[in-house]
Amino acid sequence: MAFFTVNGKPVSVDMDPNTPLLWVIRDVIGLTGTKYGCGAGFCGSCTVHIDGRAQRSCQVQISAAEGANIVTIEGLSPDSSHPLQRAWITEEVPQCGYCQSGQIMKAAELLASNPKPARQQIITHMDGNICRCGTYNRIIAAIQRAAREANP
Amino acid sequence: MTAPLKVPVLTRRGVLAGIGGMTFSFAFGTDGTRILPAARAATGPIPLSPWVRIMPDGNITILTVTEMGQGSGTSIPLMIAEEMDADWDKVVLEWAPSQPELYGWPDRSGQRVMTITGSRAVMMYWDDLRTAGAQVRKVLIANAAEHWGVDPATLKTEPSVVLDPKSGRRLGYGEIAAFGNVPTTLPSIDKSELKARKDFRLIGRSVPRRDLPLKVNGCAQYSIDVRLPGMVYASTLHSPVHGNSPESWNDAVIKAMPGVLGTVKLPGGVGVVAETFPQAMAARRALRVKWSKNKVDGLDSAKALENYAAIHADPAAAVKIVDARGDVEAAFAGAAKVYKAEYRSDYTYHAQMEPLNAVARFNDAGDKVEVWDGSQDLGRSRDLIARTLKLKPDQVDVHQCYLGGGFGRRSLADYAVEAALLAREAKRPVKLVWTREEDLAHGMFRPMAFQCLGASIDASGKVVGWRHCAVGDDGGVGLVASGMRTSSYYVLPNQHLELRNVDQGIRIKHWRAVAHNFNLFAIESMVDEMAADQGVDPVEFRLQRMSITPKARRCVETVAKMSEWATNRPEGRVLGFAMSERSGSLGGCVVEASLDRRMGAIRVHKVWVVADGGIIVQPGASKANVESGIVYGLSSALHERVTVRDGVVEQSNFGDYSVMRMSDMPEEMHVSFIDSDGRPTGLGEISNPAIAPAIASAFRRLTGKRLYHMPFTRDRVLAALKA
Repeated sequence: MAFFTVNGKPVSVDMDPNTPLLWVIRDVIGLTGTKYGCGAGFCGSCTVHIDGRAQRSCQVQISAAEGANIVTIEGLSPDSSHPLQRAWITEEVPQCGYCQSGQIMKAAELLASNPKPARQQIITHMDGNICRCGTYNRIIAAIQRAAREANP
Repeated sequence: MTAPLKVPVLTRRGVLAGIGGMTFSFAFGTDGTRILPAARAATGPIPLSPWVRIMPDGNITILTVTEMGQGSGTSIPLMIAEEMDADWDKVVLEWAPSQPELYGWPDRSGQRVMTITGSRAVMMYWDDLRTAGAQVRKVLIANAAEHWGVDPATLKTEPSVVLDPKSGRRLGYGEIAAFGNVPTTLPSIDKSELKARKDFRLIGRSVPRRDLPLKVNGCAQYSIDVRLPGMVYASTLHSPVHGNSPESWNDAVIKAMPGVLGTVKLPGGVGVVAETFPQAMAARRALRVKWSKNKVDGLDSAKALENYAAIHADPAAAVKIVDARGDVEAAFAGAAKVYKAEYRSDYTYHAQMEPLNAVARFNDAGDKVEVWDGSQDLGRSRDLIARTLKLKPDQVDVHQCYLGGGFGRRSLADYAVEAALLAREAKRPVKLVWTREEDLAHGMFRPMAFQCLGASIDASGKVVGWRHCAVGDDGGVGLVASGMRTSSYYVLPNQHLELRNVDQGIRIKHWRAVAHNFNLFAIESMVDEMAADQGVDPVEFRLQRMSITPKARRCVETVAKMSEWATNRPEGRVLGFAMSERSGSLGGCVVEASLDRRMGAIRVHKVWVVADGGIIVQPGASKANVESGIVYGLSSALHERVTVRDGVVEQSNFGDYSVMRMSDMPEEMHVSFIDSDGRPTGLGEISNPAIAPAIASAFRRLTGKRLYHMPFTRDRVLAALKA
């Protein structure tokens, strides 16, 4: 039995302790905004925050999440009001949209520690997250916009 | 400022059933669009969902089709809303059901299809849906005219309002819906009754895509997100060698594994059904299958591609003439100069971010199946499932979901067929998800290809002779032969285009812009080679020597101006140019590139694309779509390569199949559209085919060397530098 919190709610899971957190979030808890992209840590579509750090939930076993405070895209803000979510819409970032939960969660980690990242810092931080529609430059613009608007 | 977040969302169809209001069910017939009143529609063999429903409260529901990020999920209903003069803020969208007979566009045979490929959604629905919108408007006006006892010709509309300019009276569309009647036969619409471009309120304006807000908070529903009561999970293992079938496997071992509910033999693989997806994946990994054999066993793709060159040289090889004009022999025999070059390209993989998946559920009687699929072709999905499971089409209902990328892969629902087969066996709702490894190894690739180009120049310096031979697996559907014709941009008087088909046995499919990717690489590289040899600037060469069409000339001149083509670049950087053509559109592309000669790494810093796509229905979404094509083209030109050895795909995941990442991106991408009154044409695939030849052109201007094999991997670049 593993215990942790997801978006502030306590969760207990009685499953194989080696089960990747991704599938518990999606199939057991039912929060499907976190996506399966590669299952191998290459693409970042499954990125969630674990105790404030952006991690690939396909690579985290539930035994390793014991006691952790987990935040998914659904918990980033109650009403899509996080500066990044607003900037993502203003810059019209998403195309197919499948990778964007992971992109936003990864970007949120950056802004939490570096409120005014330089362009190259953004690229270095975000480089592990694949967007097959190629929205990268709009992601950069949205992160810069969110940084501006959150810290005018 | 931020965009408002509260927007009408896509609702599940059926929610509104039986609420009343005015329903416009269009049945597209050969005699044009007819309308069926709801009562009559309900008595038909298939219950009709309305294209348009106007509620007494003024809310309007309009159906839409495939949305994979390209924006047509918004532009399709937008075209109806434009002509019916609907208040867009009152419009709610629903997915159209899997009934192409009612919701499709007419293909060449006149059959209605819901195929959303080739970036042609707007182009194909343009006439029907604007006409349909105009008919709704006419019915609303007729109802208001009758209500007021006036001549309908005197009435006008504003968004969602019919008004009588004489008396100043107004009736909202919702008010009319409360009392209005929909005639059995829709009024006919003359082309002159459609709005002029200057009167558009929605078309040509950048209306925010409806799916955007759902894609920043995890709410957009992809098929992989569908959850049904009692649902179980499945994973499949297909033959690592394409074309083989399972003969036997360690069934007892698999069935004894935790959570495993059963195994199912599928046409090209084995499916495992389990309580959870991790359990299904574990069982998949434990499968030991004895496979049948076929000609793909032992295939080496690198050797096979070299054999394509031999097929080109073989006078006995079967040839299909793609186009032949003028006297090619004479044009070469009497030429002032003759050119010849060979080009190669490798297999590529779609690599859409959402691995293929579908959810299927049978009814208790086992005679009806519902399937949830993110589909580029809902009708074909339905028919393929019906045919394979020996059901009638009306026993299959495919529910559209958002697509986590399509790029041509999701117009063939082999995975949805598997989900239906598994659900029938399991007698439970089944969610089948292909692992990424499965999605890649059992992919359907852009075929590898070999091109031999020949060109001749006459005494005046004009290109007058043209030969293009393409060798590869065409699949009978243009996977190699499409994009060979240049006639919409270069009118070459004497030309011979031929295909030498190879049935390689590897699974192949349309891949964003299909064969245009390697054919334009070959065509535009050949032109660039001639320009260099003739000592003429590559842009000037096209304008003066290639018998360029006026529409193409405008694209070339505009992109040259936009990129300041003639202006010097910083040390180490050069510009390269290429034309593009796809789905009725033309484009011009310039890249600014540099080269790390030690590493063999090409870097593209800036890209400019000008496209002529006729009237642009949604400029914002179209610009994003062209940007996406640029990145897809860069990825294809510089990174992407599937290789087959001993019959098996060598790549397994994003670790060894490289796609563009943020650090690979150009710092700038500039996209512009030619102002045009022409019919809309496809835009999502106009940019990617131009990228590789534009890079090759820049590489030549930088180094004097040529790149002949796509992708331009570092080893190939280093080899070219040594050549």
